[in-house]
Amino acid sequence: MLNPFSRKPAPSRGVLALYDDPDKLLRAATLAREHGFANLDAYTPYAVHGMSEALGVKKSWVPWVTLVMGLTGACLALTFEIWTSAVDWPINVGGKPMVSLPAFIPITFEGGVLIGGTMTLAALLLACGLPNLGKPILDRDLTNDRFGLWVPEIGPEWNEQRVINVLRGTHAQDIRVVRV
Amino acid sequence: MTDLVAQGLAEPPLIDPRKSFADVTAEVSAPLEKKPGMLWKVAFGISLLLTLQFFAEISYQMVKGIGIWGLNHPVGWAVDITSFVFWIGIGHAGTLISAILHLFRQRWRTAINRSAEAMTIFAVMTAGLFPLIHLGRTWFAYWLIPYPNVRFLWVNFRSPLVWDVFAVSTYLTISLCFWYTGLIPDFASIRDRSTGWRRAIYGVLSLGWRGSERHWQHYERAYMMLAGLSTPLVLSVHSIVSFDFATSILPGWHTTIFPPYFVAGAIFSGFAMVVTLLVILRKVFKMEDYVTIHHLENMNKIILVTGMMVGYAYATEFFVALYSGNPFERFTFLNRAGGPFAWSYWIMVSCNVISPQIFWFKRFRRSLAVMFVVSILVNVGMWFERFTIIVTSLHRDFLPSAWSYYKPTIFDYSVIVGSFGFFFMWFLLFCRFFPTISMAEVKSVLWSAKKTAAGKEKEPMAEETVHA
Repeated sequence: MLNPFSRKPAPSRGVLALYDDPDKLLRAATLAREHGFANLDAYTPYAVHGMSEALGVKKSWVPWVTLVMGLTGACLALTFEIWTSAVDWPINVGGKPMVSLPAFIPITFEGGVLIGGTMTLAALLLACGLPNLGKPILDRDLTNDRFGLWVPEIGPEWNEQRVINVLRGTHAQDIRVVRV
Repeated sequence: MTDLVAQGLAEPPLIDPRKSFADVTAEVSAPLEKKPGMLWKVAFGISLLLTLQFFAEISYQMVKGIGIWGLNHPVGWAVDITSFVFWIGIGHAGTLISAILHLFRQRWRTAINRSAEAMTIFAVMTAGLFPLIHLGRTWFAYWLIPYPNVRFLWVNFRSPLVWDVFAVSTYLTISLCFWYTGLIPDFASIRDRSTGWRRAIYGVLSLGWRGSERHWQHYERAYMMLAGLSTPLVLSVHSIVSFDFATSILPGWHTTIFPPYFVAGAIFSGFAMVVTLLVILRKVFKMEDYVTIHHLENMNKIILVTGMMVGYAYATEFFVALYSGNPFERFTFLNRAGGPFAWSYWIMVSCNVISPQIFWFKRFRRSLAVMFVVSILVNVGMWFERFTIIVTSLHRDFLPSAWSYYKPTIFDYSVIVGSFGFFFMWFLLFCRFFPTISMAEVKSVLWSAKKTAAGKEKEPMAEETVHA
């Protein structure tokens, strides 16, 4: 899933090449990209270092959510503290100023972390389109010990044989056409 | 020469490079896929019984009031707040391992972070019960939360007790988010190797994760962000807990050293608890290949360092009290070390400062029996540290006519053992139903170990450049 908001029809089939080794997958991904195959994806049991560069996946925008939401949470917490303590019902506690800024800092910080952290998880789920229980699993070993390269169908001129021919030299354990 | 130095400094492999990726999945999932053994059942039975008596005690206490504990003037805080600070402290090692060691790229954390994070969550859950039952009228606990009410009152945001509410609830929420994020790929691994209802349950828990690189890309960054948020969070939580004491005017509490002193103590006790749990867990669930002696040795080094930080804090605190020229401050500390509660002070010093010194010797750092005993001693010592701070500062206050001695009743003992039962009950359930080791992260460490092992046989540089 490239963009959770896009309404483009999903590809109905693609070529899945399975490897037993992340380095072979990296080389195959680089090769596939050199041949101009688009919308490549890889399925791996763990985050393989260098994989997104090999596939040309754009850097994640999730950290921006953390930053913006963290600052928002901190501002909200501080505003709420000032409003309740100094505006809505100002109560003199031990002669301390109504806006006791140093005393308000701990909750300001916690508010930033709380909103920033929960929204980071929410952004992760949104970015990955999760939960998504209906999508088919291409191969059960992809979360175990297989590393898969996924070359999806794009446009009517897409030729699966050409993809298979390119990937044949990449020491794949298995190359198959999968309909999804 | 440089080769020899490099060899001497080289870390032993974190995992046996001869293992395959499939071995990792199979071995970590094994405890989830078979019926638990006798040992698990007995341990679970005992913790369940302790938990039941814990809740029976709490129910009785809600009816009768907190007077059933040994609390009385001037000792208004004792077993409840001691246990609260103790359990919150236990939690901190989990976040330290999962977040701070992640940011520092300490890859040995991968084998232990999952169980340490679980420990954090269960410890914070246990800790959270204590302020609630300590309220006496627990059914008004929601008054701690600022919400619009018919009394038009807000909470007092200048009070550290209110900061505590926010700190602890934020800590629990963020720890849960962090833990669950780590669990998603592993739930997917379990889903893909199981059938029937098990597949359905782990499928829902995995949220449909499929290991796509486009998802990993977001995942890695989000995980890093959560680690970055958790790092200052863990430091803030115990600092705020220490403000409960430090912002008061009681001699023995009113010191500026408290935040770093409490944070060091929390990490110290938490690591001891991780060692206690892992020594048992790796044996019972046959995880010796993952949680190696090398991992445990690293943790024992941290216990040694933080133990000395805590010892240094004890010395500084004592010195400043004597040097301050304040007779009340001076009296409090002399009373700690030589008064009616001197036994508690010296239990604390011998367990926390003296017992970890054995870890200067490599042989003892790597001995399971020694580390198990020391980790239990440190836990005992850290419980008594909080007891010493809280009770001995309170029991002899400014007016000698008010002095008294805190005598725990059977209900005080009941909540202490009950809290351990509650904590272990959750931890045992976790070991039974959740992957106790982060499979995805261990696989990435395993791949590095394989490359290192292969590089030693062939020319190392060529292999490195391929990966880079």
